[in-house]
Amino acid sequence: MLGSFQTFVWPFVLKPLIICVAIMLFFQAQAIIFVWLERKVSGRIQDRLGPTRVGGKFGWLQTIADGVKLLLKEDLIPSEADQPLFRIAPYIVLVGSFAAFLALPFSDGWVAQNLNVAVFYILAVMSVEVFGVIMAGYASGSKWALFGAMREAAQVVSYEVPMAICIVLPVMAAGTMNMTTAGRMQAGWLINFRTGAGWLCFHDPFTFFAAMVYLVCATASVKRAPFDLAEAESELVAGFHTEYSGFRWLIFFMAEYASMLAVSGIAITMFWGAWNGPIPLCDLVGVPPGHWFRGLLGFLNFIVKGYFLVLVMMWVRWTLPRIRIDQVMKTCLKYLLPMSCFLLLGAAVWPVLVPTRFGGLIGGVAAALVALAIVAYGVATTPASAAQGRRQRVY
Amino acid sequence: MLDLWPQILFWILAVVTVVSSVAVVVAQNVVRAAVWLLFALAGTAGLFFLMGADFVGATQLLIYVGGTLVLVVFGVMLTARGPFVRMETHSAEWTLAAVVGLALFGLLAGSILAASWPEKGSLGPAELNATSSRTSLDLGLAFLGIPPQRAGGVETTAGHDPANIGYLLPFEIVSVHLLVVLIGAAYLARSKRRRARGV
Amino acid sequence: MQHPVASLPTILLIAAIMFVCGAVCMATKRNAVGILIGAELVLNASNLNFVAFAYLTPFGIDGQVFALFGIVLPAAEAAIALAIILNFYNNHMTVDVDRATELKD
Repeated sequence: MLGSFQTFVWPFVLKPLIICVAIMLFFQAQAIIFVWLERKVSGRIQDRLGPTRVGGKFGWLQTIADGVKLLLKEDLIPSEADQPLFRIAPYIVLVGSFAAFLALPFSDGWVAQNLNVAVFYILAVMSVEVFGVIMAGYASGSKWALFGAMREAAQVVSYEVPMAICIVLPVMAAGTMNMTTAGRMQAGWLINFRTGAGWLCFHDPFTFFAAMVYLVCATASVKRAPFDLAEAESELVAGFHTEYSGFRWLIFFMAEYASMLAVSGIAITMFWGAWNGPIPLCDLVGVPPGHWFRGLLGFLNFIVKGYFLVLVMMWVRWTLPRIRIDQVMKTCLKYLLPMSCFLLLGAAVWPVLVPTRFGGLIGGVAAALVALAIVAYGVATTPASAAQGRRQRVY
Repeated sequence: MLDLWPQILFWILAVVTVVSSVAVVVAQNVVRAAVWLLFALAGTAGLFFLMGADFVGATQLLIYVGGTLVLVVFGVMLTARGPFVRMETHSAEWTLAAVVGLALFGLLAGSILAASWPEKGSLGPAELNATSSRTSLDLGLAFLGIPPQRAGGVETTAGHDPANIGYLLPFEIVSVHLLVVLIGAAYLARSKRRRARGV
Repeated sequence: MQHPVASLPTILLIAAIMFVCGAVCMATKRNAVGILIGAELVLNASNLNFVAFAYLTPFGIDGQVFALFGIVLPAAEAAIALAIILNFYNNHMTVDVDRATELKD
């Protein structure tokens, strides 16, 4: 009995089950925290307080209250809708973004399935999500939903191209698509001039810009503002989920926040040092390799970085106005795609021109400084009235 | 006991794939057919993963499901007049199609079962599970013109045989072909619009 | 060493069912997009065969290379086919392939 437990029940039934349940719980907890965070962030950006009542001063129970409200809402299916497709669409979206987490390493060894082609696999399963959205739009039998779905299809399929090209850069630098291996390569200091190792975004001058282009494409591919044309409230009511209510709508919502974390997870693992902090704290303190504390610290690192990137996405959403659909397509096909192709070519040629890893690191840091200088120049030359406009308003 | 689980998964995926492919034929609504095709393709991708072809499986998901299938549904939406396209097939046609289909299947199944397939034995790839396979490396080398290491330890590199360039030429041809198709599809779609304006 | 998940004839039979379904789909559907879907099924069945050969015969990775070509080329085919279908729709206001009869006589 014990033998069959050790050879079959534990490794093939119980362990996968526990991992799946853990990821599912994580998945839902993320959505709850992100929704609360989004409200607080948007509130602060718009000079409001955000939720303050439910669950004390910071309104931290607000999302749970909303969830209960959504669960109790009537589950409507329009008479025009194609019933089975309408019912199944949210689950396809959910499966798409949930499956991405199965290959995402949260810390060294904390990965459900250590796939050899992990990063490619995640991009692949997240592209399945689009199909669920299109189905939802089509099955709703409403023109708003249909238009939303068509915009979504055009947008996401287009943005996948520069996004995948940008991901190829760190894959080339690391020489692997295995995210755990790529993460282990970035261990140690943020930039280590002695060994030439460091986070992959500083690998050469092109990877840093690729990380930026990737972030823009990732924002668009999870249909966040300013690229949320698929659900533009002002023109399409609510886009593809116009006809959805209650639990099914909740699933769309959860999947959106989970995919935000998933694309951030790819960015972190492939560009921003995976689960490694900027300082090798465990090595300095002397924690032995393989100790559980390393895993935990890595997980915390990963979560902090992931939350930061998601916070940037929220910041962008509540700062920039939504752009038009033709501008969305133009941004992708005329700017981001040539940019990513140029970066790919550059990163392919760079090791030939500068064979040492050290030279690449210098270039990478220089690129980061140039990017910082551009941002600083932009901030410095912004008219003071634009920056101060909000404060000068009289209430 | 250890080998049981992949086989159970294989049969689940096989049943999903087969049922979905049959449903594609039976479905009268094109979008429903596309959804069944999604399940068939995803099931096939799962079978690829089980057969140690993780790169091919992920490609299948990314290009087939995320690209081609979205294109197909896009095509349905652009060409649908009513909310749901419905074009019936007559029962006589169904009968004929079923007879021809079963005959074709009988032919294929007969030849599959009659042929003597080489036994796998010790020559096959030793690492069968997707987590440890190095197929992406071998595939990349094959596309770059370096023939992959043959199973069974017989290494054939380009250095041994300069005439053997692996799959470099087909790879280049496919790349150019894709470029031509990109331009061609854009041209076809564009000429349509100009024509509509003229009329 | 693990045992293979299934024998070669089993996988080939599954692919054969897919192939036949695709062929019948191409024959019975009136909708041009439906025919395209049938073609995708046929190509997918052939890919399954290629991967099965790579898995269960001593030819190594070659089957997977062919399967990759078999995935990429249908994507191109679908793009062209949809462009043709859109033009067809523009000219005939339908995607019923039985209406394409101008070249008949």
